[in-house]
Amino acid sequence: MPKRNDIHKVLLIGSGPIQIGQAAEFDFSGSQACKSLREEGIEVVLVNSNPATIMTDPDTADKVYIEPLVPEIVAKIIEKERPDGIIAGIGGQTGLNITSELAEMGVLEKFNVEVLGTSVKSIREAEDRDLFKKAMQRVGEPVPKSKAVNTLEGALAVMEELGLPLVVRPAYTLGGSGGGIARTREELLSICELGLKRSRINQVLLEESLGGWIELEYEVMRDANNTCITICNMENMDPMGIHTGESIVVTPIQTLCDKEIQMLRSSAINIIRALGIEGGCNIQFAVKRGEYRVIEVNPRVSRSSALASKATGYPIARVTAKIAIGMTLDEIRNDVTKETPASFEPTVDYVVIKIPRWPFDKFVKANKTLTTAMKSTGEVMAIGRSYEEALMKAIRSLDIDKDLGYAGKYTVWTDGEIRSLLENPTDERLFAIYQALKRGMSSEEISKITGIEPYFLYRMENIIAVEEEIAAELDAQTLRKAKRTGFTDEQIAGIVGKSREEITDMRISLGIIPTYKMVDTCAAEFEAKTPYYYSTYDTQCELVPSDKKKVLILGSGPIRIGQGIEFDYCTVHAVMALREQGIEAHIVNNNPETVSTDYDTSDKLFFEPVTLEDVMNILEKEQHYGVLVQFGGQTAINLAIPLEKEIARRGLKTKILGTSPDSIDLAEDRERFNALMDQLNIPQPNAGISFSPAEAKAVAARIGYPVLVRPSYVLGGRAMEIVYDEAGLEVYMREAVRVSREHPVLIDDFLQNAVEIDVDAVCDGNDVLIGAIMEHIEEAGIHSGDSACMIPPQTLPGVVLEVVRDYVRKIALGLKVVGIVNLQMAYKDGIVYVLEANPRSSRTIPFVSKAVGLPLAKIAANVMIGKSLREQGNLLEPRTPYVSVKEVLLPFDKLPGADVLLGPEMRSTGEVMGIDYKLGLAFFKAELSADNPLPLEGMVFISVKDEDKAAVAVAAKKLHEAGLSIIATDSTAEYLRRSGLPVVKVNKIYNGSPNIMDYIKIGEVKLIINTPTTKESVKDGFQIRRSAVDYHIPYITTIQAAQAAADAILMAKKDQITIKALDEYHKEVYYN
Amino acid sequence: MMIIEMYLGDLASCVADTMIGVLGLEDGTRVEGTGFGAPGVVSGELVFTTVMSGYEEALTDPSYHGQMLMFTYPLQGNYGISGEDFQSDRMWPRAMVSREYWDRPTHHRHARTLNQFLIDEGKPGLCNVDTRMLTLKVRELGVMRATLAIGERSDVQDLDVVAMARSGIDISAQDLLGDVTCKSPYHILGQGPRMTVLDLGIKRNILKSLSCRGFDITVLPAHADISLIEAARPQALFVSNGPGDPERAKEAISAVKHFAGQIPVFGICLGHQIISLALGAQTFKLKFGHHGGNQPVKDLEKKIVYITSQNHNFAVRPGSVEGTDLEITQLNANDGTVEGIKSDKLNVLAVQYHPEANPGPLCTEDPFFGSVLRIMNGLTGVAGRR
Repeated sequence: MPKRNDIHKVLLIGSGPIQIGQAAEFDFSGSQACKSLREEGIEVVLVNSNPATIMTDPDTADKVYIEPLVPEIVAKIIEKERPDGIIAGIGGQTGLNITSELAEMGVLEKFNVEVLGTSVKSIREAEDRDLFKKAMQRVGEPVPKSKAVNTLEGALAVMEELGLPLVVRPAYTLGGSGGGIARTREELLSICELGLKRSRINQVLLEESLGGWIELEYEVMRDANNTCITICNMENMDPMGIHTGESIVVTPIQTLCDKEIQMLRSSAINIIRALGIEGGCNIQFAVKRGEYRVIEVNPRVSRSSALASKATGYPIARVTAKIAIGMTLDEIRNDVTKETPASFEPTVDYVVIKIPRWPFDKFVKANKTLTTAMKSTGEVMAIGRSYEEALMKAIRSLDIDKDLGYAGKYTVWTDGEIRSLLENPTDERLFAIYQALKRGMSSEEISKITGIEPYFLYRMENIIAVEEEIAAELDAQTLRKAKRTGFTDEQIAGIVGKSREEITDMRISLGIIPTYKMVDTCAAEFEAKTPYYYSTYDTQCELVPSDKKKVLILGSGPIRIGQGIEFDYCTVHAVMALREQGIEAHIVNNNPETVSTDYDTSDKLFFEPVTLEDVMNILEKEQHYGVLVQFGGQTAINLAIPLEKEIARRGLKTKILGTSPDSIDLAEDRERFNALMDQLNIPQPNAGISFSPAEAKAVAARIGYPVLVRPSYVLGGRAMEIVYDEAGLEVYMREAVRVSREHPVLIDDFLQNAVEIDVDAVCDGNDVLIGAIMEHIEEAGIHSGDSACMIPPQTLPGVVLEVVRDYVRKIALGLKVVGIVNLQMAYKDGIVYVLEANPRSSRTIPFVSKAVGLPLAKIAANVMIGKSLREQGNLLEPRTPYVSVKEVLLPFDKLPGADVLLGPEMRSTGEVMGIDYKLGLAFFKAELSADNPLPLEGMVFISVKDEDKAAVAVAAKKLHEAGLSIIATDSTAEYLRRSGLPVVKVNKIYNGSPNIMDYIKIGEVKLIINTPTTKESVKDGFQIRRSAVDYHIPYITTIQAAQAAADAILMAKKDQITIKALDEYHKEVYYN
Repeated sequence: MMIIEMYLGDLASCVADTMIGVLGLEDGTRVEGTGFGAPGVVSGELVFTTVMSGYEEALTDPSYHGQMLMFTYPLQGNYGISGEDFQSDRMWPRAMVSREYWDRPTHHRHARTLNQFLIDEGKPGLCNVDTRMLTLKVRELGVMRATLAIGERSDVQDLDVVAMARSGIDISAQDLLGDVTCKSPYHILGQGPRMTVLDLGIKRNILKSLSCRGFDITVLPAHADISLIEAARPQALFVSNGPGDPERAKEAISAVKHFAGQIPVFGICLGHQIISLALGAQTFKLKFGHHGGNQPVKDLEKKIVYITSQNHNFAVRPGSVEGTDLEITQLNANDGTVEGIKSDKLNVLAVQYHPEANPGPLCTEDPFFGSVLRIMNGLTGVAGRR
């Protein structure tokens, strides 16, 4: 069936901000879908609240709306744009939910919008547990056996039928509380008794336990002709019980035989046909000794489908979009071979391993146990010709301070600790397994404890065996074996006690260099046209270096807090700029979710770890003209100096383009930077540097408390804290110095109540282009990555902005920046202080670019390859008549136990943008997008510290004016009453009922404003804030945000929000 | 002559650290790797398969007789050998080649390791070679004669395997059917129509797929003459898969010529080629054949694309079907080769791929064998039992 000719305009819904469980994969799928539809001549309207995406680029879609992803607003866009169809399955769960809601609201019918591809009915059938179970039973597919009971007797009867263990799930309780796994009759009775009590309808569901079963996934596609193909299958190393997003995943399946693999494949196709899905979907199975259960179906593209696309080279989202407009698989060309159709199944001749990246370095208090809920923020993928090689590459791609096969690194763990790490799965289990094996625990025993198939443990035994061989004698044969097993030169050096350089030189002199093989969807059966490579130590290298001018761009690796999708956005823009200039752009990166690792983004894609050795190997093979380190976040910038040294040592001609490594060091080395600021006569907060706890005390005493302390060279403010007294400093120094031994600790005066300012600029050595000045809503001290901010600044006087501009120019030129620079400043009592300068792309580049309509990353990349700002015609700072607000998304709802307060440590996972003509409306939109919707009616609970009371009274007046009622505890209530506001006083929690928790629980409170009293949160405050998260009530923890929220609510009551496409806003940008 | 140096003793899992393997190809390529399985020197045609699982089924598929089977997927041996998935009673490829061999299977069905299986079968295996490089060679130059020597270094390192490969006999000049067919007729009882199967190296799962649909099956040797077939009073003739050049299967071609029109004739793979030849079409040898579990086949009538399991080097020339009683029902979506033929007039139905799968996807099992059953039921009025 060829493309339908009645579809001209299609609406795509993005997935919104990056959050745990929903990362960059939907930017990848969305961008691919846009491209796929537009090449068929279809006009694409895109809506997404996340500015840090390629899909929201003006070039990606025909019309881009950066608006909150709520059905009411999407309905307005539909009314304005009148698309013929909507594709639900591209924007993750958000896209599915909104499409379903639009259908329920009758919007789709009213405006005659057809749901293309997978239908709303299919979505519902896949997502609703009961409907799904029925559908599976209809087509004879086994689901986990379960029964609902209302009595203990009933529970015992089910036990007779299904046996033990049983999973007990109470119906209708928050977060499944009151459930558990019953292994004995007694456990069953006690859990059921509690569960029945807790359940609102006195019901518990008893389900057979699949703990210890192997978890597998299939990626399947179907078209309207009923052609079905499986793109790939995957095996989770971790058994059932750990979310597949939290598991180490291998593709293809490792431990099953063909009979079982085909059994599941047939089942997967049976299921996709039964549900009538058109496009891609993901099906999860559990398997044990030839028996299987269908666990769940995701009727859409997913993180797994992104992984499958990268693992096989098959573009699932691209093909899904074409299926949605009526094309069939055999009509769609396989882009990789350019000859064969998309109606085939990829086959691989390598092994792919995915490992999740967790944020536990940021949330020390959060529960690290891996469960059926996701906690990871991102993931890495690695490709090798052996399992061991892929595993070792994946681990070093994580960019964490942990490794396998590194002698002596984890000897700090006691045997007891190792055992408990094996029993309780966390991010450290893989490393604990390695250590346990090294200490002689058998694979069989570890398998018993962990439920992991012995196969995977034997593979780790292999790595240990090679490590032992290296330690015994490092000759040519052992070195070759070590490289084929995936060891790095640095690891080998560590084992034999030599320098990394010595091992590298030995290796190269023996001719042991990596070969590059292609990912081609077909295991070399057909000639591939896409330049997608991975390294392995084999015989034949398929990479043919071109003689064109070429540049390697370093990617930013896995999504983590502090290094998110923004850097991938910048990487992709750098590629575009280079390609426009006729320069061949190569990417090295290891994040399977992203656009940068799409095979047609760059001229050559190296799916590799971003480490010194891996990058040097590529440079040595291709002999690039230059390498770009500014766009890949801290991961890439940290390689600048080591790369410069190693390039010189190995006699390569490759240049580090843009800002020199020396300038990078100048900006990041506190002492050198301070000297520069003194020379430029630019004020900085009083600061000092210390290498020991004693020094730190002296410095802090000189500056005066409170002080901001942090180690140098940090990512996303790791280990940064505000310290209020000497005792606090002592505690901090013990922890921080252990965190980062090589680098000293920096101590700054903490500027209380200062306004923080962020500036993104591009400098070519002669001129400076200021992209935008951003004023933060939260005060200095809240990490800039967590602070909401606005363009243009709303409270800062013009003279202050002139000072800011002057400083930006002086610093950019003083640092000899060639490319991007991000500056953080603070304004207090008439003085502008410079806090730090980052000579690399920043988190805010996409936001600024979208706000002012200037592609800053592209402009910077052009500067770095020698095209001056003057030549590019970009010298003037753009101004906007509208206001853009950036707000962040915080992951607290996904991390039980973590306090929800903001501080100098970055916590947010993603960001959203709100645009409108008034700050209040833009802020209102931003909060709505950040899943923190401000109420227009109902009850607001206020409890603030004394310093904030005056300010909160102003905000409370506005809320009252807007028609909201106010409740408050003791002193806050008193204060507000004295200000003439009607307030209901409620008890604090320890004063007994009816207290604030009662109001929260019954759902009357619509907004919580609670500012913390001191550094250590008072128990009451913690409980209130935590319950805000748990009960999904919007909450505000800073006084500045409270003021902005009050303005926003008042304005949203009075004014209409604006619905306007980004290009229309950009037409209003002016320069002066 | 191109010499590529290789290295030895790779991963700790490799059992046969003391044995090396030397592989020579007729284009002059010589690679050295690790040997496993049984020591020895063998020659054959080097082909590659892209299936990612199913080595047990592939290695026991008689269609691979005369060939050396190289797996493009690097890890082989992961789940051992169960013995339950054999497609015949022995290993047929003369050797296997893979990048890695895994010797520690833990699969619940495994009865022995892949290495032990090769030893028991007296067949050599080669691993720790760059199979992707070899695959690219086969893709570019076509299937090649090859010689593999496995043994102690001192025994095999000086062998001129390239010269030996070049003196090997071309596969079309070899009588392979005599080796793979059953020695004498046998019978599989069924309640349904009587099906006489010409065994040219039949895979067990073809018999299973027929048998589970109730057919009463008589299996005859490849060289059975018409009177022997007639003696079985067949209601249908089924021509199986098998190795080598279809033009060498003279008796089977004559049999199809004789019976087509009298009783329904069905065929799979080599059987499909034989039926085509018998009814006037022509066959040719593909450059490197189709061996894998991911070949797309488009059904011209239903418009659906099936993913199929394939293992063949010869194919039916599309243009040659025109003018015969046959019509093309299915085409390969990758390269347009003929995947299915039929004649409603003569009640002929055949496919080039393997609907019985094993290894590979089962998508076409029911469409093909179901059609066979429907044709037979339509003619005999006897309901087959599934």
